[in-house]
Amino acid sequence: MSHLSSYFTYTCMFLYFFSLFTFFSFKSSEKEEKKLDDDLGRDGLERAKKRRHYEPIMEANEAASKEQEYVHNVYNEIAPHFSQTRYKPWPIVTQFLQTRAMGAIGIDVGCGNGKYLGVNPNVYMIGSDRSDGLIECARGIDPAYNLMVADGLNLPHRDGTFDFAISIAVVHHWSTRERRVEVIRHILSKLCRGGQALIYCWALEQGSSRRGYHEGMEQDVFVPWVLPKDKPKLTPAAKAKAKSKPDLANIPPKERAQYLQRWREDQQHSKELGDDGNDKLQQEQEQEQEEVKYRYYHLYREGELAEDCRQAGATVQSEGYERDNWWVVAQMR
Amino acid sequence: MKFLTTNFLKCPVKACDTSNDNFPLQFDGGKCQLVQDESIEFNPEFMLNIIDRVDWAALLKVAGELGSVTLPSKKPTFPCSVPELTEVGMAVLNDLHVMLLQTSITEGEMKCRNCGHIYYIKNGIPNLLLPPHLV
Repeated sequence: MSHLSSYFTYTCMFLYFFSLFTFFSFKSSEKEEKKLDDDLGRDGLERAKKRRHYEPIMEANEAASKEQEYVHNVYNEIAPHFSQTRYKPWPIVTQFLQTRAMGAIGIDVGCGNGKYLGVNPNVYMIGSDRSDGLIECARGIDPAYNLMVADGLNLPHRDGTFDFAISIAVVHHWSTRERRVEVIRHILSKLCRGGQALIYCWALEQGSSRRGYHEGMEQDVFVPWVLPKDKPKLTPAAKAKAKSKPDLANIPPKERAQYLQRWREDQQHSKELGDDGNDKLQQEQEQEQEEVKYRYYHLYREGELAEDCRQAGATVQSEGYERDNWWVVAQMR
Repeated sequence: MKFLTTNFLKCPVKACDTSNDNFPLQFDGGKCQLVQDESIEFNPEFMLNIIDRVDWAALLKVAGELGSVTLPSKKPTFPCSVPELTEVGMAVLNDLHVMLLQTSITEGEMKCRNCGHIYYIKNGIPNLLLPPHLV
């Protein structure tokens, strides 16, 4: 949190995130309040306390509008870039799908770019996502996928019908526990008797991952997504400079060795003249071109997802941890 | 959207759940564009299990709206396993494969028979998001 407080003093944007951040924090204990006090100083705490009077419990429509701004809008904005990074199915999800019966019917709630829809060709799977941008990406990857745009709390699938459901890295985007339990209950309502749902949520305990989340930290967080912007177009001169290979097409074979030698010397010379500095300048320009988007996440602590599933009326058949995520196989009681 | 999916879709408006008219959605045949993808392979075992799950009355309704009148009025009975299928049975199953899996609705409209809300299918993708007043 200390790195956050330093931003606080510098940027107005952070002030906004801070207000949301503290709001989430204030659902927690006094002990954490003391810690917040230490980290952010008396002023920050007083400001946050003043905010409490109208935010003791998040109203459903307020939660929905936060999810609109920090989940739905962001996924649409980052969809093509996000999709490029999501192509490898996780092993336990793959195993779950491959052990479904021939001709089983299932749903993938929050299917994103559809990376699980083709894992088992012997099941009929319908993928849905709140982001039409991601659904477009999925269609681009395989036009044969069964896709639709739908909200996870208002699914259009028939109730009590499906053999299985998966929802991978999705439930953690709802911003209150009540809503997370509700969405799990809603997914389970689509299953037939004995149907199973595999649910994955991002873990608070992320061990050695680069994000560095761990036990004891705030669970309601804004996670940055760095969006690369289009690089500025190179001028013809810069393009010629960027050429890393000498052009030998018009050089007689006998003279090529000499030509190469001269080319290398030229390269070295231009480097010494300070091209390094230019490189740095360009890097800085590129960094300025980056855009950071924040997505809301509730990071699940150990055992919490199973609790939420039980709260939703399910029995937990198995549970575990894979790739910084907690997973549960739930069945309707 | 494959034809088969119409058999699994209802109106997502919660208030419509108490009505019997929220499934199947009503298709506007005049506005629906259908395409057939022959590259989707016929798998008799898969189809036997799928047919088992199909709501035949809903299938007849939607097929009628989309201009197909070739379906039998009752769900055909098939044996439990592929080796027991007769030649005729196999042909019927193949016809159902063509209709349910190879045929897609690429553009069109579908309406809830209860609340009347219209959902659109564009570029093969149905959009079932609700406007705020229906959530």
